[in-house]
Amino acid sequence: MSLNIIVLAKQVPDTRNVGKDAMKEDGTINRAALPAIFNPEDLNALEQALHLKDANPGSTITLLTMGLPRAAEIIREAIYRGADSGIVLTDRVLGGADTLATSYSLAQAVKKFGNYDIILGGRQAIDGDTAQVGPQIAEKLGIPQVTYAEEILDLKDGFVTVKRRLENGVETVKAPLPCVVTVNGSAADCRPRNAMRVQKYKFAVSPSEVAKLTDRQKEIVENRPYLQLQEWGAAFVDADPEQIGFAGSPTKVKSIENVVFTAKESRVLDDDDAAIEDLVKELIANHTIG
Amino acid sequence: MDKNNLIVYCEFEDGKVADVSLELLTKGRQLASKLGVKLEAIVIGDNLDKVEEQLFPYGVDRVYKVSDKRLYPYTTNPHAAVLINLFKEIEPQICLMGATCIGRDLGPRVSSCLHSGLTADCTSLEIGDHKDVKTGKEYTDLLYQIRPAFGGNIVATIVNPECRPQMATVREGVMKKEVFDAAHKGEVVDLDPSKYVSDEDFVVEIIDRHIEKSKINIKNSPIIVAGGYGVGSKENFDLLYDLANTLGAEVGASRAAVDAGFTEHARQIGQTGVTVRPKLYIACGISGQIQHIAGMQDSSIIISINNDPNAPINTIADYVITGNVEDVVPKLIKYYKKNSK
Ligand SMILES: Cc1cc2nc3c(=O)[nH]c(=O)nc-3n(C[C@H](O)[C@H](O)[C@H](O)COP(=O)(O)OP(=O)(O)OC[C@H]3O[C@@H](n4cnc5c(N)ncnc54)[C@H](O)[C@@H]3O)c2cc1C
Repeated sequence: MSLNIIVLAKQVPDTRNVGKDAMKEDGTINRAALPAIFNPEDLNALEQALHLKDANPGSTITLLTMGLPRAAEIIREAIYRGADSGIVLTDRVLGGADTLATSYSLAQAVKKFGNYDIILGGRQAIDGDTAQVGPQIAEKLGIPQVTYAEEILDLKDGFVTVKRRLENGVETVKAPLPCVVTVNGSAADCRPRNAMRVQKYKFAVSPSEVAKLTDRQKEIVENRPYLQLQEWGAAFVDADPEQIGFAGSPTKVKSIENVVFTAKESRVLDDDDAAIEDLVKELIANHTIG
Repeated sequence: MDKNNLIVYCEFEDGKVADVSLELLTKGRQLASKLGVKLEAIVIGDNLDKVEEQLFPYGVDRVYKVSDKRLYPYTTNPHAAVLINLFKEIEPQICLMGATCIGRDLGPRVSSCLHSGLTADCTSLEIGDHKDVKTGKEYTDLLYQIRPAFGGNIVATIVNPECRPQMATVREGVMKKEVFDAAHKGEVVDLDPSKYVSDEDFVVEIIDRHIEKSKINIKNSPIIVAGGYGVGSKENFDLLYDLANTLGAEVGASRAAVDAGFTEHARQIGQTGVTVRPKLYIACGISGQIQHIAGMQDSSIIISINNDPNAPINTIADYVITGNVEDVVPKLIKYYKKNSK
């Protein structure tokens, strides 16, 4: 059985080293100022999708991402690893969205896309760590969700069987298709790029990227539809202006602060025996230990 | 039924209400009193007899119980349906849930359907006022949902000015669990499951389930010996277990130590691990990045053992021992044994 698989992915700022200047005054993120990467758990989701494709020849994997036009970069990355095509949902009016407005926008795009059997995505994105978008899209589409997935064990007869990784154990569930499955970082790593696919798809571009190509490259893209990534706007997916972007977001950022910890006056000790014995005696005397 | 109260979704497993739910009730009691509203709890599952007895001491004024064989173990849609339908009736102003595999699965589903905002993994909850900078509109008594953002580098205060309920999830251990009044009594409302859930909601079937009671309980340990990447190896971590056994302590770890395979994830302390506030925290070879400190800064006494005198953790430590873990820890063991009798 060939499947229509959608993988939801996000291009995220690398959150390991950012400061206050990465935020705009209205409390939203100044993404342009930071190095952008493929959200790690979305790669785990892509691998599960590729597994399904391996097992079900003729299946197609479409990457769907919402963000700036440059998010086409992660679509190419996914295609190099085995995905078939991708859509960037990008529009100024989608900016400043919280998870709910984001889910609504993405759910609209999924509806526009139409025929799908399963939607996979990472458990959460490292810039927000909320894990909310997957379940919210499922709700908006009126389909079941399976979160914290570690492995898709089986897909047949209109059902998918999934192993979930929970805090204190594992659970295996069976859900009817179509459904949304969000994948944990504990799942299998994504396979690397395939050199032949990198060659074949290196000019896969979105409409806003075409402008940067040479005339010769433009011609190649024009003649090869598989190199044409799609770019969709809010109107194209029939998004209700009231439900998108900043206006459509019930949550608002009131304020942002840098994290400061109150420093204590510490006593600095050497590691010699006398110092450590004194410390131990003191802690015993004041009942901290013992 | 009166509306506009604060409700906590309580998780229930093996006849016990989850700690994280009791922690939220403790916080919820403070917030509800501040707002002058009732504290409500909802428990959905099977065999819920007398569950209220576990809840009332935390100051719960009303317990909603929804009991049906099919509602245990938890699956998303049936529990979501109960909350969605009940919330349409009782219109709570605030709903709190644990940031657990259940709360983080259920919360978004419910918030999406009710178009209410939801903030994940809050580290602090407060009541306060808000003025919208664009419209100038003023709001009183909103829930401030305070959470780390951007990998923990900043803290954001989130509000939901217009939508109700204001929903938030909180990780286990972040709030303190405290009995409000052992003699406190509230009201019990048994809800008829068939009014809230329909057969079509039972779409996902659990085929197999292995839940182990966690053997590791670092959260409630008065003394924690925590190891970081600087401990160097799994073998060296044994030293920490020795010290912990000697002191009657538990062993914790930084994420770098967990990632390096020195110890298991259940011991991770910090923003994406457990939050602890022991009487004594001994940090061994831990540098003290923001995300780690976020989970242990409320420890009463902190000892840092680090060979770098300028390790960031030293600034929040009461005692700094500049030296190698492998030299200092055996000495602590030796002198404790010598002096403790
Ligand atoms: C979104 C996000 C969430 C995170 N969540 C968490 C979390 O929940 N918990 C957490 O801990 N981290 C978390 N981190 C990771 C965190 O940023 C740090 O990377 C981590 O805490 C570092 O661990 P460490 O201090 O053990 O390692 P390092 O930073 O490598 O520090 C090792 C320390 O050991 C000292 N040392 C080396 N050798 C010796 C020796 N022989 N004797 C004594 N001292 C020695 C060094 O001087 C150094 O100070 C998170 C990061 C991100 C981005």
